[in-house]
Amino acid sequence: MVKQFAWWVNLAGPKMQCVTLEVGKVAIALHSADIEYCAEVRGRYGDFVREHENPSAKIDVECLPESDFTDDPDEDLVVDHQRSHWTLRRGDFQAEWNSATGLGSVRQVRSPYATDSLLRVLHSLILARKGGFLLHASSFIIGGNAYVFPGISGSGKTTLSRLAPQDAVLLTDEVSYIRKVGSRYFAYGTPFAGELALNGENACAPVRAVYLIFHGPSNIVTPLAAANAISGIMRNVLFFAADETLVQSVFQTVCDFVLNVPVRRLDFVPDASVWEVVR
Amino acid sequence: MNDPYVARSTRLGTCTLGGEAIIITPSDSHLYNLNQVATCIWEAADGQSRISEIVEKRICAEFEIDRETALADALEFLTDFSAKGLLLTSEHPVDPAKVAQPFLEDTNG
Repeated sequence: MVKQFAWWVNLAGPKMQCVTLEVGKVAIALHSADIEYCAEVRGRYGDFVREHENPSAKIDVECLPESDFTDDPDEDLVVDHQRSHWTLRRGDFQAEWNSATGLGSVRQVRSPYATDSLLRVLHSLILARKGGFLLHASSFIIGGNAYVFPGISGSGKTTLSRLAPQDAVLLTDEVSYIRKVGSRYFAYGTPFAGELALNGENACAPVRAVYLIFHGPSNIVTPLAAANAISGIMRNVLFFAADETLVQSVFQTVCDFVLNVPVRRLDFVPDASVWEVVR
Repeated sequence: MNDPYVARSTRLGTCTLGGEAIIITPSDSHLYNLNQVATCIWEAADGQSRISEIVEKRICAEFEIDRETALADALEFLTDFSAKGLLLTSEHPVDPAKVAQPFLEDTNG
């Protein structure tokens, strides 16, 4: 009997483990026979590891030695597709994903950066169809409302996070997750961290306001005209696919977002007083 | 064509908020913000009107500007946006199905 069992296991191949990551109520299941990888993913994503019956994507992960990836690991991400068949490629991973079935696979180095990049691209593609977008922004929940701070690298997203008041819940210091639920836009926590190297809380709240951030000589809040608000937000949207339909969809969502959420410019000095003009 | 029919290309996204049109070309994610006069031409470029009609019925009616100056400015805008592929020109009216429709327009402008 024992021999029979062993024989069956060999035929079936190595035992696959599943780790499902839920960000913004969108679940992506990673399947891998690599036990170490699965343990790393569980540790890396913490509270974002959730049980989920119907993930939006199911990805088979095969970890390979770095020597199998001869390209520069810092090479630009390339996202391409033919109909629903997507290919994602960077120096440290190669992935395929079918947006119609949700099924896909990735060959990658055993690195959290490769998994992070894959997840960001998949979420951006899934969100574009759900009326949402990823934003290069820090975000927080204060008093039950979310405040979002888009800005380019070096604009102060992590600085704001370090200066945040004690009652602020950090959603992310790097990549904000925005989507419409009913008639309101919500910001969700993400595990996509910047310099703070901390996962956000897996929580959400309706977006009360957006502040495009810039270093300045004093703390000044300036309302923005709709056109400036849209271009300011679009400059910080993370979208990786040169797909005209999806880009139009994201643009449409951003326009609707600006119509529903006040967008302001925030010039600030890097001390805690900045939060007095935000709140 | 000295006085063509003018139509918005369908290969873009456009909306008007706060009285100003915003256009995106999805192929390169380039954004264009139009001022109020350019927005007026853009919104009127439905493929059923010649540029001279747009100038007379919209620009001259809504802004304090003489016809000659307005037409010269409009033709310059038309040349620029045609070269960018954002506006199409035709000797005949354009099928409305081949004209981009703004997906979102507010009334605050």
